[in-house]
Amino acid sequence: MSVITLQVDGRDVAVPAGSTLLQAIRAAGLSVPTLCDLEGLEPVGACRLCLVELEGSQRLLPACASEASEGQVIRTDTAQLQGYRRMAVELFFAEGNHVCAFCVANGTCELQDVAVAVGMDHSRFPYQYPQRAVDASHPRFSLDHNRCILCTRCVRVCDQIEGAHVWDVAERGSDCRIVAGLDQHWGEVDACTSCGKCVDVCPTGALYAKEDTTAEKHPHPERAGQLRRAREQRQWTP
Amino acid sequence: MVALPPCERPRLRCCAASGCRSAGAGPLLAALRAAAAAGDISAGASAAPEPLEVRSVGCLRLCGEGPLLAWDGPEGTRLFGGLTPAAAAALVAQVRGVAPIPLAADPALAGHQLDLEQPFFRLQRPLVLEGCGIVDPECIEDALAHGSYAQLRRVLHELSPEQVREQVRRSGLRGRGGGGYPTGLKWDTVALQPPGRRYVVCNADEGDPGAFMDRSVLEGDPHRLLEGMAIAAYAVGADHGYLYVRAEYPLAIERLRLALQQARQQGLLGSSIAGTAFALELEVRVGAGAYVCGEETALLHSIQGQRGIPRTRPPYPAQAGLWGAPTLINNVETLAAVPVILRQGGDWYAAIGSEGSRGTKVFSLSGAIRHTGLVEVPMGTSLRTVVETMGGGDPDGGAVKAVQTGGPSGGCIPAALFDTPVDFESLLALGSMMGSGGMVVMGQGTAMPEVARHFMAFSVNESCGKCVPCRAGTVQLLALLDRFVAQRATAADLEALEALCTMVKATSLCGLGQAAPNPVLSTLRHFRQEYIAALGPGS
Amino acid sequence: MSAATPVPAPGAVPQLHPQPGPGPCDGDERIARLIRRQGCQGDGLIEVLHQVQEIHGYLPKPALLQVARALRLPLSRVYGVASFYHLFRLQAPATHRCAVCLGTACFVRGGGRLAAGLQRRLGLALNQTRDDGAWALEQLSCIGACGQAPVLVLDGVLFSAPLVDQPKALDRWLTSLGLPAGVETR
Repeated sequence: MSVITLQVDGRDVAVPAGSTLLQAIRAAGLSVPTLCDLEGLEPVGACRLCLVELEGSQRLLPACASEASEGQVIRTDTAQLQGYRRMAVELFFAEGNHVCAFCVANGTCELQDVAVAVGMDHSRFPYQYPQRAVDASHPRFSLDHNRCILCTRCVRVCDQIEGAHVWDVAERGSDCRIVAGLDQHWGEVDACTSCGKCVDVCPTGALYAKEDTTAEKHPHPERAGQLRRAREQRQWTP
Repeated sequence: MVALPPCERPRLRCCAASGCRSAGAGPLLAALRAAAAAGDISAGASAAPEPLEVRSVGCLRLCGEGPLLAWDGPEGTRLFGGLTPAAAAALVAQVRGVAPIPLAADPALAGHQLDLEQPFFRLQRPLVLEGCGIVDPECIEDALAHGSYAQLRRVLHELSPEQVREQVRRSGLRGRGGGGYPTGLKWDTVALQPPGRRYVVCNADEGDPGAFMDRSVLEGDPHRLLEGMAIAAYAVGADHGYLYVRAEYPLAIERLRLALQQARQQGLLGSSIAGTAFALELEVRVGAGAYVCGEETALLHSIQGQRGIPRTRPPYPAQAGLWGAPTLINNVETLAAVPVILRQGGDWYAAIGSEGSRGTKVFSLSGAIRHTGLVEVPMGTSLRTVVETMGGGDPDGGAVKAVQTGGPSGGCIPAALFDTPVDFESLLALGSMMGSGGMVVMGQGTAMPEVARHFMAFSVNESCGKCVPCRAGTVQLLALLDRFVAQRATAADLEALEALCTMVKATSLCGLGQAAPNPVLSTLRHFRQEYIAALGPGS
Repeated sequence: MSAATPVPAPGAVPQLHPQPGPGPCDGDERIARLIRRQGCQGDGLIEVLHQVQEIHGYLPKPALLQVARALRLPLSRVYGVASFYHLFRLQAPATHRCAVCLGTACFVRGGGRLAAGLQRRLGLALNQTRDDGAWALEQLSCIGACGQAPVLVLDGVLFSAPLVDQPKALDRWLTSLGLPAGVETR
């Protein structure tokens, strides 16, 4: 296995060839905020939180979707990046209806964690208060579109791991929303195996088990990676 | 080309492209054909007249005066604009030389003749458009008679793919779709991928408002495009390709499909083309209304029947495109420039234009301008020449305020900077961009915050929604611009506007999002006082 | 904020459960035929949707279901594509459609004022359809008729709008085109 070396925030790090910048950053003992990325799912580079600076380049790179290469010099935490990340989180909060106080994911929400990490306690942009629905038609789970950040983890886990492809993204732009089947109520979509992987990997309180109330959600985002490893490498995590 | 050398037998060329069609070219063409077929209707004529050819052609350039009609004859070409079907008989009589009154005195025709010596026509340098307006776009025999496919045949018999790429490299041709990436380098990248299937794709998803250059090529000279595409396929080793055309161009789609069918029948597409081992299948794929599909990775998804969502690059389509195979994507004008480059040689082409921006570029002029239409000029021509000398400036005689280039990804350039040469780097340096070639001229009455809002509304409407800066950031930018248009913005709004523009530009996933703030940033740069003046009381 | 919306009664949604059928291309024979012609390839989805819309004037859900089954695509993928592109309609179109171009050339020549006049007159916002389905007001972004700017397309016919600076004259012109007047603004 060939190895490449690069520098992240002044630290030298060696990673296997083919690693992403995000893996390199983590191997260096550092971190960048992420929302759409999840181990086990193909990266989409949509949330733009993991953007990093590459020396010698004007373009910012999404760490989750960029392959590390030899000799790169990466910076993950400049004032510029901090400013952009904070603004991105503000945009997330302003475009949805996120009310942590009575959210099922309060305390385990990745959006909340990211907000804390980037120091965002309010949005400078006006809240849009969009009219969004809640789909409680599934016998075991609910989808609250108000809390959805369109990370598409549910879409990808259902397609790439479960293979059912119940979910997809409908419409476009700010009208985008997660959709089940032919824009059906979730509970009516025969393709759904009720496996619950979408609920496991949802970073917010958008997808949750019906028995959970405020601050009771127990997400399992690690399962996507575990299942992928088991399937492809025959390695289990007991 | 519009003006042709004098010819013995007279001929009429009527533009039947979309612009003139919407101005009434269909009924005019029918009336001209009827009048020509009716023979000599003037009293006293005895001999049956010679049949008069009335040809339907592509764009004759001065779209704002449509429907356009060119009359070729022993005295050269005369051009008429805005003729109605009622004038057809009078014109045919003039052509036949049996009119009772001279042309200048005919009330049906006088006032409709357009000056072909004016700079709008005189300063054009048609290369991509050299056949547009001359050939009948629905007739491959006519295209062949005008030299179409001659370079394809020659290339297949005489040049290796590497030699073809060498000419394109030497020509200095850069992508005409907006990015300006060196075409030869792109072709090399695709050609040098590991062995296996390759695709060639023509991006005909011309979506910038105010841009109709590619449509004119598709509607006016489709065989030139197919020839360029076939040469490109040969040069990179592709045997399959797609033409992705926006659904808003029904006539272009119709003519392209017809051209493909004709080319197959002539053995210029399909297997063993021109008697060689080279094979190429081309298909038309029609978009369904999504500006973002002009972005190459979104376009690839759309060809594969998916949502037109861009993805991060690398890998670039040249490495992994359609179904994971190396894919060459060029826009219409780029591919249509290829036959002339092969015919005249890369060095010849590189001698035209300016350093770094070789050859010619087609622009569509519209907005507050006297001459709306299509011009092809050498790169490096100044904005003043294009907008004022050729375009004739403001139709009401006022001073032009600015020109918008690059569509929703570009910016507004003030009249004070019109001596800037039109090339990739100069426009970028002014905070705009070449874009695909749309130039919309703005008069003094156009308020720049409103222009910025206009483009931002476009970007909001066309954002695919994948990444948050573009999906949510453009919505917030639009709300901020609303406050400026309503004259009740605050100093904090101005600060927020600039900060958010910078963020959306730096962090969006694709070119559409990255460029969406450009109309705001460029008007902030060149017309900042209009934003300051829009601050409400108390700020 | 997170009050659950009630689930509509069954029957309020179209019957979408795939029924066991004779083959992948069942249902509407016209659609089955065009899919067979196209080769039942998933990558032809957009082409197929164009043709289905030509048949029905829009994309009814049962037709989307048939398309998905014939092309062996997930339902949500078909819906995602159908709802992504502006030109695909998921509702039956209005009887009359008035589309105003808001491309840049039209904008510079008063397309915004034309759009505002049409909105007032039809009592509709852009991209809205009247409840009775009689009229829809749509916006276009550049149809390439920049030489005639500003333009509107009324039931498929293009018109160059004169007099956008004179509201009364504009109104008279719109009357002459047959646009209804005096519709209540919602």
